Amino acid sequence: MEQTATPTTVAQLVPDELETPPLTLSQLTWRRFKRHKMAIFGGITLILLFIFSFGGVFVFTEAYANFTETGNRLQSPSSIHPFGTDTVGRDILARVIYGGQISILIGITAMLVEVTVGVIIGSLSGFYGGKIDSILMRFTEAVFIIPQIFLLLVMAKYFAGKVPNMTLFGRTFSGSVVVIILIIGLTSWPYLARIVRSQFLYLKENEFILAARAIGTPTSQIIVRHIIPNSMAPILVAATLGVATAITTEAYISFLGMGVRPPTATWGNMLEGAYNYIETAWWLWLFPGMLIALTVLSINFLGDGLRDAFDPRSRAI
Amino acid sequence: MTRYIIRRLLQAIPLLFIISIVLFALMQTMGDPIATMGGRTATKAKDRERLTRQLGLDKPIYMQYLFWLIGNDWTKTDMDGDGVPETPGKRKGVLRGDFGTSLVNRGVPVTKVIGDRLPNTLLLMLAAEFVIITGALLIGIYSALHQYSTADNVITTATFILYSMPVFFFALVAMYIFSVNFKRWGLPYLPTVGMFEPETGKTPIQVAWHMVLPVATLSFAFFAGYSRYVRGSMLEVLSQDYVRTAKSKGLPKPDIIYIHALKNAALPIVTIIGLDLPFLLGGAIVTERIFAWPGMGRLFLDHVERSDTPVVMGILMMIAVAVIIFQIITDVTYAWLDPRIRYD
Repeated sequence: MEQTATPTTVAQLVPDELETPPLTLSQLTWRRFKRHKMAIFGGITLILLFIFSFGGVFVFTEAYANFTETGNRLQSPSSIHPFGTDTVGRDILARVIYGGQISILIGITAMLVEVTVGVIIGSLSGFYGGKIDSILMRFTEAVFIIPQIFLLLVMAKYFAGKVPNMTLFGRTFSGSVVVIILIIGLTSWPYLARIVRSQFLYLKENEFILAARAIGTPTSQIIVRHIIPNSMAPILVAATLGVATAITTEAYISFLGMGVRPPTATWGNMLEGAYNYIETAWWLWLFPGMLIALTVLSINFLGDGLRDAFDPRSRAI
Repeated sequence: MTRYIIRRLLQAIPLLFIISIVLFALMQTMGDPIATMGGRTATKAKDRERLTRQLGLDKPIYMQYLFWLIGNDWTKTDMDGDGVPETPGKRKGVLRGDFGTSLVNRGVPVTKVIGDRLPNTLLLMLAAEFVIITGALLIGIYSALHQYSTADNVITTATFILYSMPVFFFALVAMYIFSVNFKRWGLPYLPTVGMFEPETGKTPIQVAWHMVLPVATLSFAFFAGYSRYVRGSMLEVLSQDYVRTAKSKGLPKPDIIYIHALKNAALPIVTIIGLDLPFLLGGAIVTERIFAWPGMGRLFLDHVERSDTPVVMGILMMIAVAVIIFQIITDVTYAWLDPRIRYD
């Protein structure tokens, strides 16, 4: 009985499998991601915000965004200035557009710095272990222990005014932009380094690493070609959320008056001192504040969706 | 356990050394503390030279660090500028509990400058921590017990939005609604500045009333994050076998939820409360600046701006010690709550 039953079930299964070819890993991931409605919402909102800040260049010139007209200060929203004007009469809509570019730029580049440092330190520490690990981890702990914002404020003071303004693509950027990118990147990597380290600790014990070693693959190749691609998922999720944190962090220090210096606008420095006008001019802080909140919310949704999509234990298809 | 605690404390010593060296190096070019000492007029060159010498700022950085660390009462300094060191130093150094004197408030010991502000910050933090924990537990347990209901979905969305909102934006919106507009509509409105009204004085009721907005600002993001966490860990625990056993034994529902489930679900929460202390302190800076709360965060900002190295170093080292001690307390509490964990 049993002997006859087994071949028939196999025979039934084979054509069935042929009709629907198995999904690849990326297809599965994309399917899981699509099911996360909030992540899709976050992605679309981010694209719109991107178009808003970078497409706005064709509507307003940067000179207009930095044009001061003190006779026109603190105007409430009207048809000429849809978002009103600030304390020196600059158009808030135009500044929000140009500020968005800088805020997004800072978010992404600071994340790149963070990921570079975090991955290097985390992988060296996790792969080599022993003395290197304990030295690097003590260092990581030291950076981790001082609350980031305190370190940032001290470092912002340290580097302030040391980097000259620079011209790029015919636009002048305040040197403080570079300072802020570097100090945010250089203070936020410990968290990522720990994730990478734990990934390395786990992955390096796998058989495929042993196999790679056995055929004589050099260590650098093992790290770059075998381990890093396998720990990509948590790194990507942390990097996505890192952009959101970097944007908020920039806003914090600029809000406290130690971040990016005017005339370069960012969403953060537009809020500086806005609480002095809380009773008289709500448009000063509402628009840049809402844009920061919306961006961070969308990135967090996106990160949450990515986390679920990359999770190998998630069985949802 | 005692051996574990001692080992952790010993490990903290080199860590604190690294931190203090890095911070001290960063402090050195933070700015010129002497520039503003002349009050409204710029400091004269002669005074500048004298002050630099008297404050010991002309010494090489490693000597300054050494003086900061172990004091200078074992050596003599040159106070009158004739090139001959004659006055014995008075500083005892951090290792003997002397954090030096503030450069901005001349002659006031750093410990006193910080000590004056510390209770205000602690008051704010304790109140915020209380709101965070009780709120997160209530909301988290409620959503876990009503998973996927309308209320749960609303709570999930709301906590996500709150979690993504920058502290200052929340503060500005709260100020705009609860004080500006409530005042406009003739409703009782919340104060936005300071700890008390100057005319009524510092009564407990005044302080409590002034604390509402700062505490809300300080706690909302953590509250949102933790309630997600409580929900997640409650859901995990509720599907465990021992909860089913408790149900089938016929135990009353509150007993199952609060004794069998919550006790186990609370474990991971203890860890994040301990580890999030640095972030809560960070939030205090922005909150204290916005609401003009006379605490440590504002002290730090004011003294960073005026390059007051001793005070800034004092605050940062105190925070570092607090964070390390909290981490140890967290680990110990965790082991005490979860008998499966052994450190020895």
